[in-house]
Amino acid sequence: MARIRSRQTLLGVLFMGAAVVALVFLVLPVVAIFTRVSPGHLVRLLSNPVVTDALVVSLKTTAIAQALILLFGTPLAYLLASRRFRGRTLLVTVVELPLVLPPAVAGLGLLAAFGRFGLLGSTDRALGIDVAFTQTAVVLAVAFVASPLYIRTAIAAFEAVDADLVAASRTLGAGSTRTFFRVVLPLTRDGLAAGEALAFARGLGEFGATIMFAGSLQGVTQTLPLAIYAAFSLNFDVALAMGALLVVVSAVLLLTLRLILSWQPSRRTSRSLVAPSS
Amino acid sequence: MATLSANFSLPRRSFELSLELEVERTTALVGPSGSGKSSVLRVIAGLIRPAAGRVALDGESWLDVDHGVDLPPDERRVGLLFQDYALFPHLSVRSNVAYGGKERVDELLERFRISHLARARPGELSGGERQRVALARALSRNPGALLLDEPLAALDAHTKAAVRAELQELLSELELPTLIVTHDYEDAVALAGKVGVLVDGELRQIGSPEELVSTPLDPFVASFTGANLLHGRTVGQENGLTKVQLGSGELLYSTDPGDGEVGVVVYPWDVSVGRAHPDDSALNLVSGEVASIVQVGNRVRVRVGPLTAEVTGASAERLGLARGGTVFASFKATGTRLVALS
Repeated sequence: MARIRSRQTLLGVLFMGAAVVALVFLVLPVVAIFTRVSPGHLVRLLSNPVVTDALVVSLKTTAIAQALILLFGTPLAYLLASRRFRGRTLLVTVVELPLVLPPAVAGLGLLAAFGRFGLLGSTDRALGIDVAFTQTAVVLAVAFVASPLYIRTAIAAFEAVDADLVAASRTLGAGSTRTFFRVVLPLTRDGLAAGEALAFARGLGEFGATIMFAGSLQGVTQTLPLAIYAAFSLNFDVALAMGALLVVVSAVLLLTLRLILSWQPSRRTSRSLVAPSS
Repeated sequence: MATLSANFSLPRRSFELSLELEVERTTALVGPSGSGKSSVLRVIAGLIRPAAGRVALDGESWLDVDHGVDLPPDERRVGLLFQDYALFPHLSVRSNVAYGGKERVDELLERFRISHLARARPGELSGGERQRVALARALSRNPGALLLDEPLAALDAHTKAAVRAELQELLSELELPTLIVTHDYEDAVALAGKVGVLVDGELRQIGSPEELVSTPLDPFVASFTGANLLHGRTVGQENGLTKVQLGSGELLYSTDPGDGEVGVVVYPWDVSVGRAHPDDSALNLVSGEVASIVQVGNRVRVRVGPLTAEVTGASAERLGLARGGTVFASFKATGTRLVALS
């Protein structure tokens, strides 16, 4: 008995030590960003045109890319989750591939597909569009690397919906459209929000594919991560200021997600604040 | 009174579900799990598409594969009660009931005594309450036919009796063609005037509960309706009775004709139990040790060798039945059914 106890304590000490090391390692770089430069100076640096331009480009391209991901990714995820067909697993794997692809390869692929001499290059030229090294390219790069995160989370969320609920809605006279908006979407809302938050975070930090496919032109394609990289050798303090900005944006995002996920109206098991009178 | 007719075949993994049904009042389909019972309801509701066949409510054709008719579920006037009720967890009781149609919501909440729960979510309700909400919801679109999938299976034994009585009353009030699917023969008998036994996708027999008990066409039907089923083979005739030898050696007599391998069907309530050898030689007799004694309501089920007998609690006490004691189980030749074994 005593031996077991002492061994448990030893394990406890080891775990505690490892946990402290991991925690310090994770927190230190984030804290360091804010301690190098005084907060006042940090805020002043944010008015630097390089920073404001990058912020505008980042917010604009991220917003458009996320809208596209939701608009096209949701139907794709729903079809992959609700239909059973030959080659479905292969298709899901293809959808998830950009997730594990090195960003440089993703950028290369986008150039090879949409670039001037790419697969769709002649179509682009015929339509008078040159995608590469424009803001459109930034949007495409972000959408390419970030959408799999949303789509795979959305597939899992749609698959978790009890098929009988969908069937019940249909037998109660609702068509498939009404069923989707009144039953499926409300029940998957949290899962979709979580997936979207992941995709948003991934898109905001996009670097490799963007720099290869869109370049790093201030005010056009230079997003915050690209601007940090550019500023880093010229003015380390400006780079830090932008870093701090991204930390704040990401933290706010994470907290919002936590709030969305913890705030759930009473479902299956949870009870509402007002108990039913019986 | 409307008639719901279904006549279709649907290939399943290990068998083909194929049946022909005419539902006027309340019909129950009983059978073991995996026999395809729920699929029948889903085909009628339009949730599964069969390979061939027709489904119609009176003149209204819902499915006619030959003529290319296949209405989606939302266009078939059917009320389906799901086994686990499938209430929408994100909607209140009122919104659940209103989902199928808003006109009758208050009336239905009142009718099912759930008005006070209108604002509650399904997760806060008891099993019995959920069932009432699900029934109210199924009726909210004014269905022309009602389909109930194991309506009592999700309830505990205590709630079940009360809910079963309520359901009986409701069904007789509604006068809708109703098809109930259940694995419990007692529930089927309590709720339906006509019972069909479905095994491996095949309707073995359909008729009144009394018919199924008195003249089972099939050993499975016999065992499912609660009868004892013993295996034996005919060994000739004696005084106009068929003589059957059981696998265990005993000789029995039956008024039924039979030839070769037969199933001997005896209902537990036709078997009497005694401690002494009965004098009446006209009786079939099986002796053995009491293997189990189970109280079922005001009756006692006694297992004697291969037979189950049902006696009143009083006589069980008078006989001083105890496990391990040797007793004699006897039953009349007229209460001994013979069914051909397939």
